[in-house]
Amino acid sequence: MTTIVVLVEQSNGNVRRASLETLGAAKASGGTVIAVVQESEAVAPALAKHGADRVVVLKGDGRSSPDRTARDVAALVRETGAKACLAAASSSGKQLMPRIAAELDSTVFSDCTGLDLSGTPKVVRPWLAGKLIATLESNAPVFCATLRPNTFGLREAPAAGEVVVKPSSNVLKAIVTAIEAKAGGKLDVKEAPVVVSGGRGMKGPEHFGLLEELAAAFGNAAVGASRAVVDAGWRPHSEQVGQTGKTVSPQLYVAVGISGAIQHLAGMRTSKVIVAINKDADAPIFKVADYGIVGDAFEVVPALTAAVKSVRAQR
Amino acid sequence: MNIVACVKRVPVTEATPKIAADGKSVDASGVEYMLSFYDDLAIEEAIRTKEKLGGEVTVLTLGPSEASKELRDALAKGADKAVILKDANFGARDARATAKALAKKLQELNARVVFMGRVATDRDNAAVGAYVATLLGWSCVTDVVKLELAADTGKACRETEDGVETVEFSLPAVITCDKGLNEPRYSNLKGIMAAKKKSVDEVAFEDVANQQAVAKLEPPPARKEGRVVGQGAAAVPALIDALRNEAKVL
Ligand SMILES: Cc1cc2nc3c(=O)[nH]c(=O)nc-3n(C[C@H](O)[C@H](O)[C@H](O)COP(=O)(O)OP(=O)(O)OC[C@H]3O[C@@H](n4cnc5c(N)ncnc54)[C@H](O)[C@@H]3O)c2cc1C
Ligand SMILES: Nc1ncnc2c1ncn2[C@@H]1O[C@H](COP(=O)(O)O)[C@@H](O)[C@H]1O
Repeated sequence: MTTIVVLVEQSNGNVRRASLETLGAAKASGGTVIAVVQESEAVAPALAKHGADRVVVLKGDGRSSPDRTARDVAALVRETGAKACLAAASSSGKQLMPRIAAELDSTVFSDCTGLDLSGTPKVVRPWLAGKLIATLESNAPVFCATLRPNTFGLREAPAAGEVVVKPSSNVLKAIVTAIEAKAGGKLDVKEAPVVVSGGRGMKGPEHFGLLEELAAAFGNAAVGASRAVVDAGWRPHSEQVGQTGKTVSPQLYVAVGISGAIQHLAGMRTSKVIVAINKDADAPIFKVADYGIVGDAFEVVPALTAAVKSVRAQR
Repeated sequence: MNIVACVKRVPVTEATPKIAADGKSVDASGVEYMLSFYDDLAIEEAIRTKEKLGGEVTVLTLGPSEASKELRDALAKGADKAVILKDANFGARDARATAKALAKKLQELNARVVFMGRVATDRDNAAVGAYVATLLGWSCVTDVVKLELAADTGKACRETEDGVETVEFSLPAVITCDKGLNEPRYSNLKGIMAAKKKSVDEVAFEDVANQQAVAKLEPPPARKEGRVVGQGAAAVPALIDALRNEAKVL
């Protein structure tokens, strides 16, 4: 039976949802699943619930170094004879997996949206910014891949979750020396189940408060932006959605005052449900939207915010 | 200091790709190319590093001879040398094969700091930078939005889901550049004239077999036909109804 090593990330002491999705996808592929976490075994029960047969805790000196982590994970893959190594396509997973793959002389499959490990490993993933979907096969000695968040879904699959503590190695090239947390624990657009994005139709940075309020009404939403808005300096580039920004796949994407240029669509077309609010009925965004309202954002958004609030208050 | 910017030529972002008859490759006819978006930032950061710390900037690509167009532009902006690892098949190379070819050349160039893009806007792998650094046993910081470099060490900021991370590292290093790191300059006439005297070398490289094979390319699944639920604020109840009862996302 194959063994699959899954890298697990934590955020504020909780397992990142995308890591749980990855664990579930690994478990569903069959085989033995080894979850690797850093420093703390506190999350082991949560990992067991989502399919971890074993939980390996890499205990070091508390310092975080991507090269060290990659080396330690690659060593674990070698020791266990694992045939696959998976992580979420998060910022951490994306920076670690190529290093792990390089340690294992294997290529890397990034940002996969489909996975089949039953025979020759196969993945499905967007290519050319989602303008094509590729099915790729691997003949690498170890199949190394990152899985797109919000794609595989959460799956409970109780497993033993036996905890093994391993000391981490001691060679560090790059060391994380500070982390400046996001204000108010704001959700990242890549992770949020709901994204409310604004474009040039918002007219100026001062009006993004309207979108912040709509996002707050949903409760689990992040604010995103088009490149036009980011280039104008209205919003930080960490919020940009699109081919040269972030790729998002939320349950619900609300595009307000965004025309729907091909580079923007590239970043959000895999959202489950797309809503467009735009005063131009011919805007290309309506071609990908499930639901559209033709109208002025400054009238529609406050009304929508009030309606979402009242729906959520009823529950 | 030997500074290198690794750059890749990719199809323009406006293009809608056509699938070739074999169902596994992109029809190359009529495709227009550009420098991958983030590689512009890599070139800019390389030139700024030279301006600050001294040294020489080489732009390096694994790609076709036609990439000399993008490399000439980098020379016009202030890069000193350009090298093409000549590969007619560069579009099909996987991350490992690409990284191995680049790593070997970087060693020959005696590079001390290498700038790459966060991700190439064709395959969206975001893999080559960290892969190269690992092969060479160098430091690497990915997705960098702020950088301070000295002769032997550096300090970089990268954006993550949880906030901004500061990473301290030693050289040699590979830095992958994210939007916000700098504002790339444009080439001017003087630079373009000066670039005419600089050479673009085309060299062969040792081929490494791919571990990734394309089995199939398809257009993305068509989205279900959507509808406009109405005009203006009056349409909000209809939207709420659709989101709750049809889409079930509220
Ligand atoms: C290499 C490259 C990479 C790119 N990468 C990205 C990327 O990653 N992400 C991205 O978004 N773009 C990207 N772009 C830019 C893209 O081509 C568009 O220019 C950009 O998306 C347009 O932003 P926008 O929709 O906000 O603005 P516009 O195209 O100006 O659209 C504004 C919209 O607002 C509507 N509007 C105006 N007033 C109102 C109102 N009061 N109420 C409601 N609607 C209103 C208008 O009808 C219009 O449709 C890239 C471009 C290039 C060349
Ligand atoms: N063929 C290539 N030639 C030179 N540099 C490349 C090549 N492919 C990738 N790179 C570099 O690696 C970065 C990330 O590419 P990728 O891992 O393919 O997303 C690019 O922005 C380039 O800086």
